[in-house]
Amino acid sequence: QRPSALCPPSSQEATLTNGTPVETSSPASASSLFNRLQLDNDLDADGRDDPYASTETRDLFVTVDDPKKHVCTMETYITYRVSTKTTRIEFDLPEYCVRRRYQDFDWLRIKLEDSQPTHLIPPLPEKFVMKGVVDRFSEEFVETRKKALDKFLKRIADHPVLSFNQHLNTFLSAKDLNKRQGLALLSKVGESVKNVAGGYKLRARPPEYCAMGDYLDTFSQKLGTIDRITQRILKEQSEYLTELREYGTVYSSWAESEEELQRPLEGMAGCVTMYCRALEDQSENMSQDFLPVLREYVLYIESMKNVLRKRDQSQAEYEGRLEAAVVHKQEDRTPIPAEVERCQDKMECFNADLKADWERWQSNKRHDFKQLLTGMADKNILCYEKCQAGWESLITLLQDKQTEDKMSETN
Amino acid sequence: MVQMVEEGSTLLCRMEICVAEAEKRSGKNAMSMQETFTAYLIETRPMDAVAEGRNPAPDSLWRRYSEFELLRNYLIVTYPYIVVPPLPEKRAEFVWHKLSADNMDPDFVERRRVGLENFLLRVALHPVLSNDKILYHFLTEEHGWKDVVYETGFQAKADSRLRALSATFRVRNPVKRFLEMKHYSDQLQSHTSQLLRARARVADRLYGVYKVHGNYGRVFSEWSAMEKEMGDGLQSAGHHMDAYAASIDDILEEEEHYADQIKEYLFYAESLRAVCRKHELAQFELEMSSQDLISKKQQREELATGIVRIFSLKGMTNKLFGQEAPEQREARLKLLEELITEGEESVKEKTVECQEHVEKAWVDMQRFKGQKDRDLREALINYAVMQINMCKKGIQVWSNAKECFLKM
Repeated sequence: QRPSALCPPSSQEATLTNGTPVETSSPASASSLFNRLQLDNDLDADGRDDPYASTETRDLFVTVDDPKKHVCTMETYITYRVSTKTTRIEFDLPEYCVRRRYQDFDWLRIKLEDSQPTHLIPPLPEKFVMKGVVDRFSEEFVETRKKALDKFLKRIADHPVLSFNQHLNTFLSAKDLNKRQGLALLSKVGESVKNVAGGYKLRARPPEYCAMGDYLDTFSQKLGTIDRITQRILKEQSEYLTELREYGTVYSSWAESEEELQRPLEGMAGCVTMYCRALEDQSENMSQDFLPVLREYVLYIESMKNVLRKRDQSQAEYEGRLEAAVVHKQEDRTPIPAEVERCQDKMECFNADLKADWERWQSNKRHDFKQLLTGMADKNILCYEKCQAGWESLITLLQDKQTEDKMSETN
Repeated sequence: MVQMVEEGSTLLCRMEICVAEAEKRSGKNAMSMQETFTAYLIETRPMDAVAEGRNPAPDSLWRRYSEFELLRNYLIVTYPYIVVPPLPEKRAEFVWHKLSADNMDPDFVERRRVGLENFLLRVALHPVLSNDKILYHFLTEEHGWKDVVYETGFQAKADSRLRALSATFRVRNPVKRFLEMKHYSDQLQSHTSQLLRARARVADRLYGVYKVHGNYGRVFSEWSAMEKEMGDGLQSAGHHMDAYAASIDDILEEEEHYADQIKEYLFYAESLRAVCRKHELAQFELEMSSQDLISKKQQREELATGIVRIFSLKGMTNKLFGQEAPEQREARLKLLEELITEGEESVKEKTVECQEHVEKAWVDMQRFKGQKDRDLREALINYAVMQINMCKKGIQVWSNAKECFLKM
């Protein structure tokens, strides 16, 4: 699906000669542009917590919402509304509103990966869903995907380099996407993969990148564990709910054979039913908001690993060429060619971008998990609070009747 | 303790009763086989002494569960019109699987101690049962009590009653309100047992949900080791998840008390039905006697008038072999007369007995109904309080965890 994931070093040259501006400057220089303008932050509610909101004034706001189903003779698909508000001069208008489908997002991602090979491109939600298991047009699925697509675009729009990418501009503003160019490029990339495969071997990966790789492996493993635990909880909870509903029914059928206790027992049944509803909400939240974010992060880790791999390749290419040049130099005393130096520049640029993106990714991750886990705690608290309120009102009902009884006894 | 408010001069007005402790013992049984059993220490103290503030040391004696059983059986036979309070279960039933079903399990023994005390208090509070001499004996004389019980001869009565109760018989003219009460006792039994079964399953599942959360504790702590800024927050959040998983043990332990309260009424349903069955038995016996009397009276009429209304073998033989001698007829008439007088006596007696049973039983059933409504309402309130505490605990743990997450 994404051949550019294997993007070899030579493909970068292709994009360079293609005239696409490759941002090689450090993120800081790009971010200075950000301070010029300020915009209302009404589009992004999470903006307050964003670690970059304080240091970089944002001037590009993107939202994905309003999914719509399109039924054509050939296919059925969903489009999402992509709204943009910006003060950047790169855009002709301050506001845009276009409709895009998943394919278009995919196109954008491939374009970004091609044109900014040194950067971490955020992941898209999984394209392939198991047919029959997941209904692609169900409200639940579309809602989850919408959130993931929104996150994807927001991550790009917040990135000091990626947000200036010309393809993003096109994606956000063009009436129609001309994707043919992209497809042509795809095949080219495919060829170059074949050409370079089995080229150079990396001598020694610097320890900091090894640490990154190790971190990503372990982190991905931990997320897998959390995912499994959460699924297990959801399963236990759904079985709990089944039994709980049954339990509630017993109270209501008992109520039918009682006189004095009829209301109290009905109250119990009502309380249990209410508790079930609160628990259903909580379970739904876990499966629709918590799990997708976990899975998105597993994909995000994959993207990060990809960048690491590409960096290794650029180092390998540089080392290979340097070695060859050194051999040549010893043989016929030719100076080290400019090509080798260009490879070195490229590698260094890769390293710098990767480090900056790594920091950004770490910071995003911290922010996202803080939000995700706090959200989980909040949902659990909410569920308990609802439940507590229910039982408290039942006690009031039961005690009122008791005092009533005592009153009539004394009378 | 279940609060019981009852007027009248009950034993509990005169005496403070409690089952103070339980002790595991072993000894030889009647078959001189080694056995292990639990003995319960009953402590009593006269109320007037307590009121005067003398606070004397309580009288105490040990009783086994089987002795409680004997006492209860005696009460059931002696007071057939009373809904006798049930004993706590002999073996743990309707438990969720994590709970031990062992008779010697300390938690089970403790819950049984509470149940036995509850039984004694209920009996001692009962307007009729509390004045029973055998009960008093049970509470105050450790030795020789069994002999006194057996001397009452209740067992012989019990045996015939038991046989009659287990036999199937149909009452011709059932009393409607007793029929309804019997129907109610069946319903009470089925609803409470369904409830207990459902509750055990709910407890099982809830246990699972909580315990699986403990895994978050483990993974958060492992994850925290590889983080810098997030590490501390994650680590402490992990501890809170561990605490969350552990909190379910106490919650469910406490909930067993509610189950015990429901169980008491499951067994009460049996007592209630027994009273209804005994009423039916009395009614049945009365009907049988009246039937017998009617047929005897008919025989007398036949004999006196010589008209056989119903075809019978006797009528046939009479027709075939001629009438019997007048003397014989006289003798038979006389015998019949005697039997009829006897039967009339017995019917009268049984009518009174039946009437009495109906009246007394009805009174006690009404008392039981009031007690049941009060107790179960109380139990439901307690259950709701327990649920609220569980919610509060949950809110507390998640709030703590949330604070940790916010620090990340």
